[in-house]
Order: sequence, then C-alpha cells, then structure tokens
Amino acid sequence: MIEVHREICAYCGCCVSVCPEGALELVDAYLDIDTNTCINCGLCVRVCPLGALEAKK
Amino acid sequence: MKREYDVLVVGGGPGGAYAAKTFAEKGYSVLLTEKRPAIGVPVRCAEGVGKKLLHEFFKPEDQWIAAEIEKANIIAPDGFKMELEPERAGSEVGYVLHRKIFDRDLVWQAAGAGAEVQVKTRAVSPLMENGAVKGAILEQNGTSHEVRARLTIAADGVESKFSRWCGVDTTVPLREMETCAQYLMTGIDIDPHATEFFVGNDVAPGGYVWIFPKGEKTANVGIGVGGDRCKPGNRPIDYLNRFVKSHFPNGKTIELIAGGVSICQPLPCTVADNLMIVGDAARVSDPLTGGGIYAALYTGKLAGEVGAKGLDQGDTSSQKLMPYDKTWRESYLGKALERNYQIKEVFVKLIDDDLNAIIHSVAKMNMSDFNTLNLIKNIIAANPKVALKLGKAGLKNLIDSF
Ligand SMILES: Cc1cc2nc3c(=O)[nH]c(=O)nc-3n(C[C@H](O)[C@H](O)[C@H](O)COP(=O)(O)OP(=O)(O)OC[C@H]3O[C@@H](n4cnc5c(N)ncnc54)[C@H](O)[C@@H]3O)c2cc1C
Ligand code: SF4
Ligand code: SF4
Repeated sequence: MIEVHREICAYCGCCVSVCPEGALELVDAYLDIDTNTCINCGLCVRVCPLGALEAKK
Repeated sequence: MKREYDVLVVGGGPGGAYAAKTFAEKGYSVLLTEKRPAIGVPVRCAEGVGKKLLHEFFKPEDQWIAAEIEKANIIAPDGFKMELEPERAGSEVGYVLHRKIFDRDLVWQAAGAGAEVQVKTRAVSPLMENGAVKGAILEQNGTSHEVRARLTIAADGVESKFSRWCGVDTTVPLREMETCAQYLMTGIDIDPHATEFFVGNDVAPGGYVWIFPKGEKTANVGIGVGGDRCKPGNRPIDYLNRFVKSHFPNGKTIELIAGGVSICQPLPCTVADNLMIVGDAARVSDPLTGGGIYAALYTGKLAGEVGAKGLDQGDTSSQKLMPYDKTWRESYLGKALERNYQIKEVFVKLIDDDLNAIIHSVAKMNMSDFNTLNLIKNIIAANPKVALKLGKAGLKNLIDSF
C-alpha cells in the first residue's frame, strides 16, 4: 500500500509520470491514488523529490 | 460551457494556451480546460528562456521579465568556474520570467482571441468512438460534463494522462525522470545578470544545481537529479538544503517548488485520430537542460496551424495530422532534442574527474572556433576516457546528431 503524506506533497506530478499503471492522479491540488490499479512497484516512492510517499506493508 | 466545440484543449500551460490562441484566431470554437484553480500556480519551473527563442513568438511584455541574463557560469566539481560570455552561452542568454504572470497572460491572450476558458475543470477521460477521440468528460464542481470536439489537444504537461487514456503510453522511465526541488530565495549575494550551473556527483548526481536570478539579491535556486539516484536522505530537497546551507546560509526562502522534467526521448508518435499531443505531454522538454517552455510554445503553435488545416478540410485523422509530428521532428527543436539526448546520455555517466577535465579543457577553447561540433571534438581529444564511455555507436550517434 502506498501512502501519500499530504503534509509533505507539493503536487508536482513527478510520481504520476513514472507510474506504469496510471494509478496516481493529481486532482486540482492534491494527489490521489487508486489502490485497485496500484501494483506496489515503488517507483513513485523512489522518484518523489520531497519524500512524500511511503510504501506500507 | 457548451456541449460541443471544434477544438478541446486539455491543460492551460504555455503549450495549451498557445494552441488555443492559434485555433481561436483562425475562427474555430475552442474550449481550454485547466484542472487547477489558477493558471500557472504553483509554478513548476526555473523560468529561464532564451531571448531569441522567445522572440520567435512575441515581443515580451515588461511584466513577464524578472531578469535579463547576459552570461552563464558553469561550476565544476572542483570549484573551477567557467564563464560563458554571450558569444558562447548561445540561446542560454535570455530572460528569467515570472511564469505566474507569463502563463496567465498567454491564457488571457487565448481568451482575447475568442477561446472559452474553464478552470478547476479536469478532463477525467476521453470520449472514444471506433478508436478515435471525440472529446472528453470534464469534471467541474463535482459534476461531469460530456464535451464533444472535432479535435482534442493533449497539453496536460509532465503528469500527462490524457494521451495514456487514449491508448498512447506516456510513462517516463525512472532514470529519465529528472526530479527537482527549488527555492525562490531572497537576501542572497548573486550576480543579477548571470545564471549559474553547478555540476558534480556530490551536488547533483545526474543533474545540476541552478541559480537563476530574479532581480537584485533574489533567485530561483534549484536542483534536478536523475530519478534513479534519488534515495531517502538524498532526495532533491536534501541536496538543495545542503547546497543552500553552504552557499547562502543567510538567505531567506519565500517559496518552495517541486517538480519533474522528463529527459527521455519524445513520444514515438504525437498524433492519433482527432488527437494532437503538445509540450511536456509529448515529452519534448530538453533532455540536457530540462527546458520546455520553448518546446511547448512551438508545438502548441504548430498544432494549431496543422490542426486548423485538417479542420478546414473536415479530416483530422492521424494521417492528416501527421505533418505536425514530422515538422517538429525536422525543426530546430527536433534536432536539438535528438542531439541533447545523446549528450545527456554521456553526461549522466561522467564521474567528477571527467567533468573537471572537460570543463577545464572547454574553458581553454578559442572563442572563434566555438560551435557545438568543435566542442565535442575538443572534449574527446582532451578526454579520451569520455570517448571510451561513449563507445563506437554512441560516438557515431553523437556526431550524426549535429
Ligand atoms: C523544476 C523545474 C524547472 C524547470 N525549469 C525550466 C526552465 O528554466 N526553462 C524552461 O524552458 N523550462 C523549464 N522547465 C520545464 C517547463 O516548466 C515545462 O516544460 C513547461 O511548463 C511545459 O509546458 P506545457 O504547457 O507543456 O505543460 P505545463 O506547463 O505543465 O501545463 C500543463 C497543464 O495541464 C494541466 N492539466 C494536466 N492534466 C489535466 C487534466 N486532466 N485536465 C485539465 N488540465 C490538466 C496542468 O494542471 C497544467 O496546468 C522546468 C520544469 C521543472 C519541473
Ligand atoms: S512526486 Fe511527491 S511531491 Fe510530487 S506529486 Fe508525487 S507525492 Fe507529491
Ligand atoms: S507503487 Fe507503482 S503502481 Fe503503485 S502508484 Fe506507485 S508507481 Fe504506481
């Protein structure tokens, strides 16, 4: 499960562009994650410039 | 909002705005839809643009310009500073913009030309019929609207998903996503007319730190690193904080910007039936510099011109729109992207010793011989190790791309 720390995220879109499943989406000013399509590959967690994403077991 | 337009533009950045304006000026009904509540904010840009390049499109308004840049300095990992005076800095001599004002003015111009604009209105899926795009479903104030269009422009920026929904894979490989953080700082001691670029694996692995002045004592201070080099404790924000602490301990930060720039090759095809992809969404930002304002304007305008011909003739099939794809690839932009991609592929493999050697040898070059091919020859002559890293195929690609 990927958790978004909204208090850290600055809605930049970096994570959205690397997600192979299209599971992330920037809605006007927040990041949304579709847990049904996410395959937990962790690419978004790696790329975030601020460290706003966390992989949770 | 009407239910039907000639053209639907998804995204209100420079690419979308310029496309919308171009179509509107030709008399087509245009809807420009932007998901964020305000155009251009939050900013995701260091705001630098070449003077000549910007002048291709307009005479800039005074309120767009934060600073005029006369030279660029490149700082090697060992601290050696190479100065690029105007003759050498090429198109990097330019402006630092206020994107908040610039982006909004472009949308303003599109509106002035007759385009309708909706903000806080997000395209959530395309309308598809027999494999062709027929508009989109837009979400506004919690309500969905079906908007039909003869032609749709995907100008949805780096996080582009619209084309993906239409069946074009826009995923950027992790290592080709430059992940960025930037502060707008004030109270710092800088040359207000020089941009500075710091390279090296300690300051910015696979990328660089930039200082882009926005007036006296004020600048965008930012960093991009390769996505594959980004690790907990060594994310762009961490590198940036360390850089700022050592270079500008007394500076004040008045804005935080995060962002991503794709440094991959452009999409293999930027048209489909009734669809054209422009700007960052087409992955046409510069793989070496990360610049994408010019590319967005250029592709936005070109999409307007080619798309209008299709609309005139009642044919917006991918085949009819193909001259758009072909033209930008053969243009100055397409060639620069190809060449800079090859250079980037070398750049990201260099260790600090290589970078030091290259920057020292380039600084010694005679200005009158200064062109990019000579630059490469010079670098390779001075640093045979770099040539080895490239390999035969790489070297050929690099030379061919000039
Ligand atoms: C840190 C950083 C520094 C940079 N520095 C420079 C620089 O110095 N010089 C330079 O030339 N370039 C720079 N760039 C690149 C530059 O910012 C982009 O290339 C440029 O903004 C691309 O313009 P665009 O119109 O294609 O996309 P954008 O400006 O990203 O606009 C896309 C718009 O589409 C909207 N959108 C997305 N999805 C939807 C949807 N589904 N529905 C409705 N709207 C949607 C977005 O909200 C956004 O407003 C930098 C980028 C970053 C991240
Ligand atoms: S990359 Fe990080 S800061 Fe950017 S939108 Fe994703 S979670 Fe937010
Ligand atoms: S973990 Fe992978 S699939 Fe899931 S949201 Fe992140 S990038 Fe997408």
